[in-house]
Amino acid sequence: MSMKKKKTNLLDLVRQLAITDFKIKYQGSILGYAWSLAKPLAMFGVLYLVFTIFVRIGSTIPHYALYLLLGIVLWTYFSDTTLTAMRSVADKGDLMRKVYFPRIAIILAASITAAITLGLNMLVVIAFMIFAHIVPTGLSLLFTILLLLEFYILCLGTSFILSALYVKYRDIGHIWEVLLQLLFYSSAIIYPLSIVPLRYQKLVLLSPITQIIQDARYVLISHDAIIPHNVLRFPYVLIPYIIPVILLVLGYIYFEKSAKNFAEEA
Amino acid sequence: MNNEVAISVKDISKSFKVPHEKHDTLKSKAIHIFSSRKYSKYNALSDINLEIKKGEFFGIVGKNGCGKSTLLKIIANIYAPTKGEINVKGNIAPFIELGVGFNPELTGRENVFLSGTILGLSRKKIEQLYDEIVDFAELNEFMDQKLKNYSSGMQVRLAFSIAIRSDSDILLIDEVLAVGDSSFQRKCLNYFDKLKKDKRTVVFVSHDMETIKQFCDRAALVDKGKIISNDKPVIIANKYNKLNAPALQNNSKTNKSVQGNITIQVQDEDGKNKSIFSTGEKAALVFKWKKNPSVKNLGVAIMNNRGDFIYGTNTLNLNNSGIEKVQQFFVSIKLDLKPGSYYLTFGTFGNNQMEVIDLIEHGPDITIEEDEHSRFNWEGNVFLPTKWGE
Repeated sequence: MSMKKKKTNLLDLVRQLAITDFKIKYQGSILGYAWSLAKPLAMFGVLYLVFTIFVRIGSTIPHYALYLLLGIVLWTYFSDTTLTAMRSVADKGDLMRKVYFPRIAIILAASITAAITLGLNMLVVIAFMIFAHIVPTGLSLLFTILLLLEFYILCLGTSFILSALYVKYRDIGHIWEVLLQLLFYSSAIIYPLSIVPLRYQKLVLLSPITQIIQDARYVLISHDAIIPHNVLRFPYVLIPYIIPVILLVLGYIYFEKSAKNFAEEA
Repeated sequence: MNNEVAISVKDISKSFKVPHEKHDTLKSKAIHIFSSRKYSKYNALSDINLEIKKGEFFGIVGKNGCGKSTLLKIIANIYAPTKGEINVKGNIAPFIELGVGFNPELTGRENVFLSGTILGLSRKKIEQLYDEIVDFAELNEFMDQKLKNYSSGMQVRLAFSIAIRSDSDILLIDEVLAVGDSSFQRKCLNYFDKLKKDKRTVVFVSHDMETIKQFCDRAALVDKGKIISNDKPVIIANKYNKLNAPALQNNSKTNKSVQGNITIQVQDEDGKNKSIFSTGEKAALVFKWKKNPSVKNLGVAIMNNRGDFIYGTNTLNLNNSGIEKVQQFFVSIKLDLKPGSYYLTFGTFGNNQMEVIDLIEHGPDITIEEDEHSRFNWEGNVFLPTKWGE
């Protein structure tokens, strides 16, 4: 009975914190929530121009525009979630010193807000696909949902670790921004993986971010996309799929272990 | 049922690390990796043992910085104790202060839901209670305005109105009376009354001994991170007043006259110096001053520790007192005062009170002890000779 009450309270709390974050974030801007859709589109526009007109990588391969759009939408989700979640616990220091609530609610709220935005962005991607006469099948949508679930797990695990570390070491903020740059340029988002030498293809496909983006391109856009299955042998091919689960478990344990000291350290 | 323990605190210690040089970046950690960490430990609490029973109204008192709020935060699970064990039976209302979670950028309505949820109420429950909360706070027309446009009084009213809906078994309350005007304080006291009638378990932190005595079944006195006494509220209030008494006397302003020409001593009837009295005991106040023919009158006042003027007397009506010829005088006063801390104000005058010659603004402190054995048959600030009849 008391357990059940705790559960519903956690859900209510996560929901309420998410609503608050959402309202505060878009307050005072005219376009409001539309910005979170417009931002990846604008970034897509810039990169598309650069890579089809100035550097002509894009114009040589089929479906480059859709590859790029999908890649950017997925990447934006990863970078936005981890950056927001990383600071979210430290930012709630005052509140945590005044009242006890399950600290995990902060991270869950941040991750859910970001996931909703990703969902809407994916609808935009699908709209573009249909415009380009690539209509997703039921099966490809099902696989997409599984991939997004994997992505959510990856982001959540990363957020747990980053946010708990950030409470102790504010340097993580700067380090993570640099690491994000490294991941962005190494994850075959703006260029096709096919132009990368084979041994590096193997390496970058070990990263779950590249794997998710390539798998999503494969199931949604074109079977030309290189996926782990093409270049990695068993059991290495499992690595990118296992990393998110390991991160989630380790992240959760580390977060819960650190949580009891958040009030004094944040 | 009354012997059921709601909160048990066993050997709790809490220390905070206070860094001398803050090494909270990796770089400074790396640079100072071989030097020993420079921080001092600040022991906020040491070896606290406490049992609070179900249905008890328990007070925690102590001076600022003594660790009482830290103790409350450990009970609330906000801080983890460095050592020791804590067991809480039943769910605990997590609030320590009013208005937790309030966000100035949200409307009053949104804040009710936000703050209520953080305090542990379910969304459904808040929806049910919403009208009641708004009515009680008397803010019906303001609920769609942003909180930042509320006056501080309105914010407190809303916060209080939410906080008292908490249906938890155990409530932790820290100094809520410190905010708000007198009508708000009355509302608070009514709420405490209700909590007491409903036999809720309450842990209450306050500086106000009157409220502690009025509501608490038991209280603990915390000083320098230790519980130095755990007893009936009257006894705790008494010890608290004594603990504060020397602090007042150390005040450099204390006992200094403006001109440096007068002194005052408080004695008992046998002529021994004394500063702690019981209600109804007689005190002899001995005044000395440098001989000065223009000193024609003396006046003395008793002030309480808030600086309220409780009682005063002077020699103006004393015909031919002969004060101008002497340099010492005394007055005997029966201290029919309620327990608490007081101080004396003493002055020498010319022909009337406007003509002040010298003055001790903050004279010696007098502590009136709680009567631990019998309650008085009177209440209020002073005793007035009373006769009841048919």
